[in-house]
Amino acid sequence: MTEATLHGVVAEYLTPDALVAACKQARKAGYRRLDAYTPYPLEEAAEAIGFEKTQVPLLTLIGGILGGLTGYGLQYWVNLSAYPQNIGGRPMHSWPSFIIITFEMTILFAGITAVVGMLTLNGLPQPYHPIFNHPRFTAASRDRFFLCIEAADDRFELAETKRFLQATDAIDVAEVAD
Amino acid sequence: MEQATETKSPEMTERLLPGQAPVLTPGHTLETITDKIVSLVLRRPVTLGWVGGFVFFFGLMNVLLFAMAYLFFRGVGIWGINVPVGWGFAIVNFVWWVGIGHAGTLISAVLLLLKQGWRNSINRFAEAMTLFAVACAGVFPLIHTGRPWLAYWLFPYPNTMGVWPQFRSPLLWDVFAVSTYATISALFWFVGLIPDLATFRDSAQNPVAKKIYGLLAMGWRGSARHWKRYESAYLLLAGLATPLVLSVHTVVSFDFAISIVPGWHTTVFPPYFVAGAIYSGFAMVLVLAIPIRKFYGVQDMMTMRHLDNAAKVMLGTGLIVAYGYTMEAFYAYYSGSGYEYFVLKNRMLGPLAWSYWCLILFNVLIPQLLWIRKVRQNTLALFFTSLVVLLGMWLERFVIVVTSLHRDFLPSSWGMYTATRWDYAIYVGTLGLFFCAMFLFVRLMPMITIFEMRMLLPQSRVTTEAAHD
Repeated sequence: MTEATLHGVVAEYLTPDALVAACKQARKAGYRRLDAYTPYPLEEAAEAIGFEKTQVPLLTLIGGILGGLTGYGLQYWVNLSAYPQNIGGRPMHSWPSFIIITFEMTILFAGITAVVGMLTLNGLPQPYHPIFNHPRFTAASRDRFFLCIEAADDRFELAETKRFLQATDAIDVAEVAD
Repeated sequence: MEQATETKSPEMTERLLPGQAPVLTPGHTLETITDKIVSLVLRRPVTLGWVGGFVFFFGLMNVLLFAMAYLFFRGVGIWGINVPVGWGFAIVNFVWWVGIGHAGTLISAVLLLLKQGWRNSINRFAEAMTLFAVACAGVFPLIHTGRPWLAYWLFPYPNTMGVWPQFRSPLLWDVFAVSTYATISALFWFVGLIPDLATFRDSAQNPVAKKIYGLLAMGWRGSARHWKRYESAYLLLAGLATPLVLSVHTVVSFDFAISIVPGWHTTVFPPYFVAGAIYSGFAMVLVLAIPIRKFYGVQDMMTMRHLDNAAKVMLGTGLIVAYGYTMEAFYAYYSGSGYEYFVLKNRMLGPLAWSYWCLILFNVLIPQLLWIRKVRQNTLALFFTSLVVLLGMWLERFVIVVTSLHRDFLPSSWGMYTATRWDYAIYVGTLGLFFCAMFLFVRLMPMITIFEMRMLLPQSRVTTEAAHD
């Protein structure tokens, strides 16, 4: 197997402790292109591989603001310009009755942006990913923890990286094809 | 760095009161949790009981289809509605079903924000319950329009007629509130499912099942980066769904309260509708959870603690509802309005008094049994109390809709309301639709959130030493 067709070296761990410790060591050793795979959200793992901030909240905020403006804008335009109706003698711009739809549209746009934003930033749906070439990767959705140091990393050196991962608490270290 | 100790889940440090059941029976590991929930769908053979139940409710669903076909053929005249009662069963059932949906969102969103670990095993099927209940609710306003093929006129879209909806009407607010609610509930449910669908994909042996779950999981691989964004989006959705769920039944109550009909025009409606919604929703959660945990043997994941807590929520919201009834009566008396006072008297002593007093019995008196610990610990008693509450909440909407309308301002326009067999057929039919969908759901999807159950395990947390070095 040449390095060109190699996705990376993957180590398998039994406990979250072992995984987080290994992630920290890998960061300390200078590796940057790494990813941890866990069966449930493990905030410490994301921190340990150096992923601290997500753009999801900002996107959601923007989506919510746009939704609110759309909701209010639509009602304002319809009632003052497109199709004015006199309802019980209320003013055309009777803003208290516009609040509810504005609120609902804010929630709707923000919620859709949160989900679509999360999926897009995560690159999902993704039909193929090399990590699934690992023979026991199905355990990542079950009870095992994996750390992958990718071949694209500047410091990646097949033999040395393997040795490095073997020195952690890994129960298994394997090469994964791209 | 000291934060590491604080980020531990509250369940881990939880101290049980004497006699209190744990949220998750001890002895589970990451492996056993996964295997148990996966095997409920992928390894368990289809049982005769499931087929029998499914066929029964599928039959009821066909009653709905048949009744709707006849309705479209003949028009809403086949129902019992007429002047002065133009809102009959359709609106009663709509409000009832939307209300039931509320518990799902409450459990999944509000209890998530409040860090209530006990929500983790019941949130998935409660969310499914929400979706199906909202679907049943959605049937009614559509068929009640009389010309359901033109229902899209409710939405604002540029059209050749050059008209736009009337944005000052609470009925239009309802269109926006309920459709937003349905969308956000579906998103919340699906986002929660993604990691579990990946588990199913990885555990399935049948190649077709593997492919279908794989498609739905969208290539989820449990990357730490993905989880971080995922958790962020999930929490934001919970934060958005919380005010949303409160707004939905508030808007439903506006359908009544914004009008000037005596008995509807009161400010207590929004809070008391929301409490009533959660009340009936938790009753439905118990009606579903008690048989599910028995038939699928998941008593170790849905423990007596869950049932106990749900019963307490029911008791609490039930008391708010009782307060609502009291205030309604007090307003009518204290308002000095002869019409309001008459509606109150007519409700309590008029021709439909039976419905009012049954409502008080079912919703206020019988649920007081839940104060007794022995009742909360007895699944059968809890099951029947919940059924009584569901019936009571249905009667509440019946009382509100019918007794206010049938005798309003002008005695010459008074009338009576009697539901026809088509009214009952459509109501029973939506029960069929709802339970049919629930039967399919427990067979095809992980009914307990696997990844959140894993997080309840003490060994799933990173210990302080590892976080420090």
